[in-house]
Amino acid sequence: MPDTATFSPSRRFVLAAIGVGAAGFAVGCDSRTAEATGPVTLTTLGDYVRVGSDNTITVYLRHIEFGQGVSTGLTTIVAEEIDADWSQMRFEHSPADNAKYGNPAFGGMMGTGGSTSIFSSWQQLRAAGASAREMLRQAAAKRFGVDASDVLLVKGKAEAGGKSATYGELAVEAAAITPPAVESLTYKDASAYEFIGKDRDPAKKFGRLDTPDKVNAKAAYALDYAPEGALTALVARSPKFGGKVGSVDDAAAKAIAGVTDVVQIPQGVAVLATNFWAAKKGRDALKITWDDSAAETRSTDAMIADYKKLLAKPGLEARKEGSGAAGLRGAGEIITADFEFPYLVHAPMEPLNCVIDYKPGVSATIHSGSQMPTGDQMTACFILGFVTTGPDGKPAPDTSKVSVTTMLAGGSFGRRATPDADLVSEAAQIAKAVNGKAPIKLMWTREDDVRSGKYRPMNVHRMTARINNGAIEAWGDRTAIQSIMAGTLFDTGAPDFSSIEGSNDIAYDIPNISVDVHLVKNPVSVLWWRSVGHTHTAYAKEHFFDVAARKAGKDPVELRRTLLAKHPRQLAALNLAVEKAGTLPAGKTRGVAVHHSFSSYVAEVADVTVNADGTFHVDRVVCAVDCGIVINPDIVRSQMEGGIGYGLSAILGEALTIKDGAPVQTNFYDYPPLRMNQMPTVEVHIVPSTEPPTGVGEPGVPPIGPAVANALLAVTGKTYAKLPLGAKA
Amino acid sequence: MKLTINGKEQEYAGEEDRPLLWYLREDLKLTGTKFGCGVAACGACTVLVDGAPMRACVTPAASLEGKKITTIEGLDTPAGKAVQQAWTELDVVQCGWCQSGQMLAAAALLTEKPKPTEQEITDGMNSNICRCATYQRIRGAVARASEIMG
Ligand code: FES
Ligand code: FES
Repeated sequence: MPDTATFSPSRRFVLAAIGVGAAGFAVGCDSRTAEATGPVTLTTLGDYVRVGSDNTITVYLRHIEFGQGVSTGLTTIVAEEIDADWSQMRFEHSPADNAKYGNPAFGGMMGTGGSTSIFSSWQQLRAAGASAREMLRQAAAKRFGVDASDVLLVKGKAEAGGKSATYGELAVEAAAITPPAVESLTYKDASAYEFIGKDRDPAKKFGRLDTPDKVNAKAAYALDYAPEGALTALVARSPKFGGKVGSVDDAAAKAIAGVTDVVQIPQGVAVLATNFWAAKKGRDALKITWDDSAAETRSTDAMIADYKKLLAKPGLEARKEGSGAAGLRGAGEIITADFEFPYLVHAPMEPLNCVIDYKPGVSATIHSGSQMPTGDQMTACFILGFVTTGPDGKPAPDTSKVSVTTMLAGGSFGRRATPDADLVSEAAQIAKAVNGKAPIKLMWTREDDVRSGKYRPMNVHRMTARINNGAIEAWGDRTAIQSIMAGTLFDTGAPDFSSIEGSNDIAYDIPNISVDVHLVKNPVSVLWWRSVGHTHTAYAKEHFFDVAARKAGKDPVELRRTLLAKHPRQLAALNLAVEKAGTLPAGKTRGVAVHHSFSSYVAEVADVTVNADGTFHVDRVVCAVDCGIVINPDIVRSQMEGGIGYGLSAILGEALTIKDGAPVQTNFYDYPPLRMNQMPTVEVHIVPSTEPPTGVGEPGVPPIGPAVANALLAVTGKTYAKLPLGAKA
Repeated sequence: MKLTINGKEQEYAGEEDRPLLWYLREDLKLTGTKFGCGVAACGACTVLVDGAPMRACVTPAASLEGKKITTIEGLDTPAGKAVQQAWTELDVVQCGWCQSGQMLAAAALLTEKPKPTEQEITDGMNSNICRCATYQRIRGAVARASEIMG
């Protein structure tokens, strides 16, 4: 893997950014500006709401829309409190600005991830909507000459004493009103909701706000953005993880028509051309001798063997109940299995890319679909020399010189949240190498995406249980895994949650529990992959639970009910999914799993047909989800459908293997995503709740693997400990 | 050399081996046709050539002389319109990146088989990958488009 010698924002800097951000953050409504753009006047009411004289209301998204539905969900929260008409609602990605748009769940940096968008924005956007609403109300009261309490706000209009005005007409006057104190704001009662919790209704054109442009191909993604005169850049990176460029012969590449430059950057060798095809041919024509002196030489089998050696010894303690590991010795039967999870590639449908336009000494503009735009911005500042002196006298990024425009992204699943800002650093290094002679459009091919790392970490769970008198008396879960957080700004030194989440918080009431982890160093780079640690912890926990329950002579669902008595939300999700699944049709087998992740609770029931030749098909999945108050039930459903499909794809057939230090797989033909013929029918049921809303982007993923494995176990009696499952039961 | 794209004649003077995908996206700015794999494995780049679905990422533009090419920007057949309406009604999209290719594949399927069975829908759509796994809604939307077409 190429050595990316680029800036990673320090913790100190991040904390400084939070300090700056706190005030604007809490209030959410502190800037009052009006700017004219042609015939439409756009007026901002606080940091999140902009009202146009054309009567549109635009909500600034501090989170990127990559399919998970935030453009609708976040906008809905504002629409509700401001009393809008749905047809006037619009969305726009916010600029890169930690002070205004930082995510508390990302230490105050802007960030989309961890299924935190709705969860972290709920109160803030309600306040933003309510504050703007009160400003509009007072503006109307002034204009009509009535008391504010007499103004009725409904569907984007203010009315009183026979007079009425639209929000668009009142916006400029509203911006002159002092925003109310946050503590004075009142919120709509849930019984009066017009949008929150309401289902898609095509007749009323109430649905996803990003649908129309995505259906008529007007949606603006980063890969579609190409400023005049831009050069397309492809980078040749080391085939082996840890390899470096030795020598380069670029004569043949430079001879290709359209190739303008070949430059070496820390990440490899970049070929620039006037179009993609020329850049690709140019890159193919490079003759590079790689210096593999420090490169990885192992294959994944050897790595797994190394991981298993570690499992003989205790790791860092992550949870201890009763007598912990000692409880695994004693009366009864001990069962154990090593669960092996491969590296996984995110493979978002839109290949990775970004555009940077660098004017040396002056500015840079970035267009990208990034989950962490301000991290990208700071990285670009340091690479391109836009550095100033921070309050502590140390160099700090001069973010006033580098702007980031966030575009829609064609999927991400975690891949576009890179603490090392991999895409922007490559693009910035290239732009610097050619001294900003043209805008640089960096593109990754699918092969680059599959073969360049940042995978879900490969790992092994050694699961152990002691069964005695028909009960699970002790539970052991020891993992060997690479840490995702190590070396990033999120590194706290402690065993990070990304390695143990879902293992250490096992909810089952088992008297002795031991969870520990070995954090392994490995040059293959890793990253959060939709549902992160839960991608493997939920599988190991929920599948091994069925193995253990059956060994104890218990029905796995009944035993779950007993052992989850103190966890009512998991229990309710489990019960709802099982009830809605109904009777198992003849000739099929069924498996059940329940898991808590990202503050939501999801149970899934999988009905599977196992054919005479051992092949199997997942026919139907019934899912129950408790994600607190539901902002948009149809987006909850679509995220469960998508999460189930994404998780199923991985457990059926995805694995990135390494041979002699280099990835084996190349593209979709040998790294196969789920296709339509493998997609089960999915039914989603929502557990009614009045708890604050929590995320749905990831929690649908974890239970599907173990639900399917448990269905297979029920007919074959086998433990499915090696993933992917492959074609046969 | 002349190509007809969305009913408009275009003069192609590029390289012999340059795939249609890049001519559409880079030269004509028809960016609705998407890049997903570049090796005919995903269908994101699906366009219609004389009504039949084709992978623009592996088809040289120069091989299409005299052919009628339809991209998502020019999909205005009855099947195409029904598909776009059904996709909207069911809120099929998530990230949206695969969806131009999906809608063109669906329009081609419905033009050939206006009343497809469930199995025919799956067979007709199986070569188009959706990484967001919107497959259930795609199935539903193809059936709904068939209904709209009457
Ligand atoms: S981009 Fe053409 S099939 Fe994937
Ligand atoms: S909607 Fe994202 S790939 Fe299909």
